[in-house]
Amino acid sequence: MNAIVTVIGKDRVGIIADVCAVLAKNKVNVLDISQTVMQEYFTMIMMVDTTEAELSFAELAKLLEEEGKALNLSIRAMREDIFNAMHRI
Amino acid sequence: MLSRNEILQTIDMIDQQHLDIRTITMGISLLSCCDPSAETACRKIYDKICRKAEHLVQTGEEIEREFGIPIVNKRISVTPMALVAGASETSDYVPFAKAMDRAAKACGVNFIGGYSALVQKGMTQADRKLIASIPEALAVTDFVCSSVNVGSTRAGINMDAVRLMGETVKKTAQRTADRDGFGCAKLVVFCNAVEDNPFMAGAFHGVGEAESIINVGVSGPGVVYHALQSVKGRPFDVVAETVKKTAFRITRMGQLVAREASQRLDTPFGIVDLSLAPTPAVGDSVARILEEMGLETCGTHGTTAALALLNDAVKKGGVMASSSVGGLSGAFIPVSEDEGMIAAARSGVLTMDKLEAMTCVCSVGLDMIAIPGDTPAETIAAIIADEAAIGMVNNKTTAVRVIPACGKTVGDTVEMGGLLGTAPVMPVHKESAADFIARGGRIPAPLHSLRN
Repeated sequence: MNAIVTVIGKDRVGIIADVCAVLAKNKVNVLDISQTVMQEYFTMIMMVDTTEAELSFAELAKLLEEEGKALNLSIRAMREDIFNAMHRI
Repeated sequence: MLSRNEILQTIDMIDQQHLDIRTITMGISLLSCCDPSAETACRKIYDKICRKAEHLVQTGEEIEREFGIPIVNKRISVTPMALVAGASETSDYVPFAKAMDRAAKACGVNFIGGYSALVQKGMTQADRKLIASIPEALAVTDFVCSSVNVGSTRAGINMDAVRLMGETVKKTAQRTADRDGFGCAKLVVFCNAVEDNPFMAGAFHGVGEAESIINVGVSGPGVVYHALQSVKGRPFDVVAETVKKTAFRITRMGQLVAREASQRLDTPFGIVDLSLAPTPAVGDSVARILEEMGLETCGTHGTTAALALLNDAVKKGGVMASSSVGGLSGAFIPVSEDEGMIAAARSGVLTMDKLEAMTCVCSVGLDMIAIPGDTPAETIAAIIADEAAIGMVNNKTTAVRVIPACGKTVGDTVEMGGLLGTAPVMPVHKESAADFIARGGRIPAPLHSLRN
């Protein structure tokens, strides 16, 4: 299943590495990354595949949120379906 | 591939503009619970609700988590209780309300609707018993909501029931006077009630419905308000188009959640209700949308026209986004639940009479309005009769949910708490309608009810 992970936080060295480490540990495959820094704020949007993940998607989303807090980042994982429903006919 | 803007737009709608799914409501038929023994019937009611809705809240929370969209309420609606309780040999229907309340608590939902009677043409013994028990039932339960349908375009208005409901509203307020008449926030009087409404307090599971269904009510006044800010000063054609596009997006999300919930609960999908339901939170107000169209304060001249446009555009945008649309579908104007309406009512610009005019062009009726505690029952009945007449003649649903605030008068405030909000007590006309209400009988259905 595809999901969108968004990461927002104050820019620093190693954010992508930190986030990808968490994803890799949970067997989440990254398909696409788009990232920018706006006024010191780091924003990243990732498309990921969670098919191989051992946790359920709800648990995974919760874990990412918690890990994000520990890293001082706002990490949110949402199923791709909601974006498709809203923006594609 | 989704663009960065689209993704951020959706997240912004949820985070900043209060976009949410207002309710997932499971409709459950209780017709199979009829029993000559009231005690057995109540046990069957409790068991059936708990069996059907056991996983409702948990499933709602899972969907919330996975899609990242808040689902504010999980609720249950059941068959109008007068139809179920009527089979039992008892004159006291309060135990049925208590059984509903226990089941709601066991399932973890925050409201259960269907302590209802449909009396648009006449009242059965069961209907009379149920209506008589409403004040007590709403006082001794926490989550039970009650509704009574007193009129329809096909049947006309049952003025005996209207009189009775005027008294019932008053008694319910007195019975819950210690909580500012909170019971009345759970009691709606309808004309042309719909059978698949997911919104409280008027939800019930109609007899024409399946064994159990999932209905979803969407929301999103904040999103519409935000979208209109980008078309300031532009003609109404542009305003209507903007609202339509926004309503489409909101409803697509509702449809997705409804389909997902229906699959996971193995319960057929009923309808998506395309409603703009406000909350007392700043930035989630229908009144502020009307003001964004160019009105200084909601309630001034032009408000009805603005609301008519909004209501219609919401439906046009939403109807293409869902495979099955139903319920009340339109803009809601509950005074106490809408930050902009509260402000407009406090300032005296928004009056009962203007609200009545607004109900001609939007989806429901006079909703969550606090009136002085000394308002006579006949005046409340007359307010109900006016609203029912609007619904009957215009072939639409109308409703009255007023809260006579015991011991309070114009200028005071009633605190309902939570999503029910805060209601400034609004003035009603002092001149009596007692002789009008005393007549009783039926107001015949209008000529256009004869459509066959």
